[in-house]
Amino acid sequence: MGSRASTLLRDEELEEIKKETGCEFGQITRLYSRFTSLDKGENGTLREDQVNFRGFMRTLAHFRPIEDNEKSKDVNGPEPLNSRSNKLHFAFRLYDLDKDDKISRDELLQVLRMMVGVNISDEQLGSIADRTIQEADQDGDSAISFTEFVKVLEKVDVEQKMSIRFLH
Amino acid sequence: MGFQLRVPFRPWNWLLLLVALKCSRASSDLNESTNSSAQHDLNVRFAAASFEPAETISVFSLDYDYVQIPYEVTLWILLASLAKIGFHLHPRLPGLVPESCLLIAVGALVGAIIFGTDHKSPPVMDSSIYFLYLLPPIVLEGGYFMPTRPFFENVGSILWWSGLGALISAFGVGLSLHLVCRVPAFGLGDVTLLQSLLFGSLVSAVDPVAVLAVLEEARVNEPLYMMIFGEALLNDGISVVLYNILIAFTKMHKFEDIEPVDILAGCARFVVVGVGGVFFGVVFGFISAFITRFTENISAIEPLIVFMFSYLSYLVAETLYLSGILAITACAVTMKKYVEENVSQKSYTTIKYFMKMLSSVSETLIFIFMGVSTVGKNHEWNWAFVCFTLAFCQIWRAISVFALFYVSNQFRTFPFSIKDQCIIFYSGVRGAGSFSLAFLLPLSLFPRKKMFVTATLVVIYFTVFIQGITIGPLVRYLDVRKTNKKESINEELHTRLMDHLKAGIEDVCGQWSHYQVRDKFKKFDHKYLRKILIRKNLPKSSIVSLYKKLEVKQAIEMAETGVLSSAGFSVPRPAQRIQETKRLSPEDVKSMRDILTHNMYQVRQRTLSYNKYNLKPQTSEKQAKEILIRRQNTLRASVRKGHSLPWGKPAGTKNIRYLSFPYSDPQPAGRDARVADCTGNSDSDSEFPSSPFYTPPRTGWLQERRGTQEIIPMKSLPRGGKPPSFGSQRKTSRDEHVGGGGRAALRPKPLCHMVHEERDSGEDSEEGASAGGSRWSAEHRPSRGHHRSHSPLLRRK
Repeated sequence: MGSRASTLLRDEELEEIKKETGCEFGQITRLYSRFTSLDKGENGTLREDQVNFRGFMRTLAHFRPIEDNEKSKDVNGPEPLNSRSNKLHFAFRLYDLDKDDKISRDELLQVLRMMVGVNISDEQLGSIADRTIQEADQDGDSAISFTEFVKVLEKVDVEQKMSIRFLH
Repeated sequence: MGFQLRVPFRPWNWLLLLVALKCSRASSDLNESTNSSAQHDLNVRFAAASFEPAETISVFSLDYDYVQIPYEVTLWILLASLAKIGFHLHPRLPGLVPESCLLIAVGALVGAIIFGTDHKSPPVMDSSIYFLYLLPPIVLEGGYFMPTRPFFENVGSILWWSGLGALISAFGVGLSLHLVCRVPAFGLGDVTLLQSLLFGSLVSAVDPVAVLAVLEEARVNEPLYMMIFGEALLNDGISVVLYNILIAFTKMHKFEDIEPVDILAGCARFVVVGVGGVFFGVVFGFISAFITRFTENISAIEPLIVFMFSYLSYLVAETLYLSGILAITACAVTMKKYVEENVSQKSYTTIKYFMKMLSSVSETLIFIFMGVSTVGKNHEWNWAFVCFTLAFCQIWRAISVFALFYVSNQFRTFPFSIKDQCIIFYSGVRGAGSFSLAFLLPLSLFPRKKMFVTATLVVIYFTVFIQGITIGPLVRYLDVRKTNKKESINEELHTRLMDHLKAGIEDVCGQWSHYQVRDKFKKFDHKYLRKILIRKNLPKSSIVSLYKKLEVKQAIEMAETGVLSSAGFSVPRPAQRIQETKRLSPEDVKSMRDILTHNMYQVRQRTLSYNKYNLKPQTSEKQAKEILIRRQNTLRASVRKGHSLPWGKPAGTKNIRYLSFPYSDPQPAGRDARVADCTGNSDSDSEFPSSPFYTPPRTGWLQERRGTQEIIPMKSLPRGGKPPSFGSQRKTSRDEHVGGGGRAALRPKPLCHMVHEERDSGEDSEEGASAGGSRWSAEHRPSRGHHRSHSPLLRRK
């Protein structure tokens, strides 16, 4: 597995990925071998939604732990993928299905319904969703925008919750 | 303090205590009556046992001596059990106070009663009984319930810490005490160096399992938990090995005669004993796993085999003067993986519960004995020795913690913070182990044995009560990120979402296969070991059979209803509602929060929560059943209405194929090959999160289709030889899908082994992405399912 991975991943691609995601070489190679093991059709993508390895890495890069020395460098450059704001954006997009940059009540309901057992009636779930929006909503549009989302989670340690350590 | 909240608790506990007191009082009364030959007022029913030859046949007679030992032992155990019941009736007490406190208190109580009634306690504990009967169950239970994956991830740090920590602590305390004894003012001049060293080794035997319950309540992070657990597991073995070596030294030499070569021999022996014990344990583990392969028809003896082989490994190791404790631990760890799969469900449950019971009994007896010894006349109090012992124990533990972790932090990816190290230092609670070793010191070699016992008891009491009770508040105090109890619902919801997300991504990355070594071991395991040690036909869990029943029912239903015409249906647009802002009262908010906390699916924990005294009920089974029910409902709904996504998007054309069925498509064969290939990479130990977490598709994003389909244990569905109804189901589903307006039901959570082939290209990207993702994950599932040699999510924990 390892040898196959290294031959299929060209060096310049590796460089690009490393720059974009900030992961180490060892981590990228390992994730590549994981990607290939998941990729049954051997066509370089995960199924037909065209998740190629770049996309895979980009997504996973959101979960890289934030290191202290990163905060100082590259203030002018593009924000690294694993910054707190990008992590929160990732989570926000999970809710926001129609990509209108707002979490509407229905979207919230869907996620709630999935996270919760069958013992809760729709009505209760509805009022929980209402309450959630009410807590977060500041501009009165009955939906949660990204800034409101960020504000609500300001006390939560997102850096720790949305980070996993990648192995070499 | 906290008792005023639970008023009903107190009468219960008093009642239980009274009953217990009555029992012990009754027993001591009876004993008195039989021992004394004088007549005294007795209840008419009981006539005194007569030692003189009976002239008549007595109608009622009493022979207490005959049953004394088992009777009293049983009473003690019962008393401790009643106390435990009372202890757990209180809602918050188990999280605040370690259970050892309770056991020691009960022991002290029994001791007080026995002392008060001047009763001669039965000789329950002597060296052979302790080492042969009381110790193995405790160690076996620790080894069996050890969470293997986190253990082996941290194995380097754990070995480094427990091995060297025990040694440093033992020698440190021993040598310091020796220096103290040199001071003539304390009157300890006759304590030799070897005796001090021996005492140091036995007093360093920590038993932090007692605090694990408290730590778990405080939700400490996993590596910390594993360090403490690992230390608990290995520390016993190391202390006993050290103890035996030093005893051998004491027997062989006067301390002036010890030469350096002896010390080297001692070190070599230490290593040999440890490694040899582990080797024997592993061998016996494999043997017992192999034997359980054949016990299909006589499943009643399966627990017996498990226990007997573990015990045998202990005895064999002890015969060869190797470390029986490490042997039995290694045996349990090795055996567990394979035995869990071979053994029937009931045997598995029996093994678990019986193990807990045995270890519980053993520990109870030891603690009661400790309590009995506390209240007694055989003490020798020496202020200097006791105080210095206590001080040195803490000092040397602190030294060993900080020094060793400083070194091991250089090599760890996630170093332990100072706070973690403080917690580790503070969790050095002594337990039954040190007491037993102290108690079993041979009096001939240790004329001041009583002093040692007293000092050990003081250390135990101090650490268990003071450290045990305050470690909870300490953990909470040191944790900077205090969990804000007044969390908003938003926070709770979003943090739970993030937990699920994180679990999902971790699984995608296959994070648990930590080292290359472990990967290689897994491959080797699959190629050879499992073929030898695992039975052929795999056991089915109840959830699987339930699922299959439901599937069959549904298949029949679908076959009966025939082709469903799915007319074009509109996508229900999320209506723009105008919400009335409801002012919710605080009670409403609180009830909402309660509803959420109780009903949201927990993200699976990587470390199985370990409780020494109890088996935690499996909440995930309840959740899994629920998910199953929900799936069935939505599937039913989807079949009827033709749309299946929770948010009502229409589905694409699908050609549903069942991976497990004999199928003429060449692809499944290829898939199987890939699946088999992937097993090396998949995690055998992973437990699927029970949350149905669905990431809506985005271009370039991963699909994580977790949740319901994972609940279905793949492997247990028989491959090939499917009943024809499924074949017909397949056909009907295909017809049904073709008959639609080009849009068929996208199963929201693809049934296991079902592969959706996306034929329709005229769909929006979202649809394609979701379907593709589901297929990917459906296939991803079998690869893991195959590998899931043991435990489908619900079956075993």
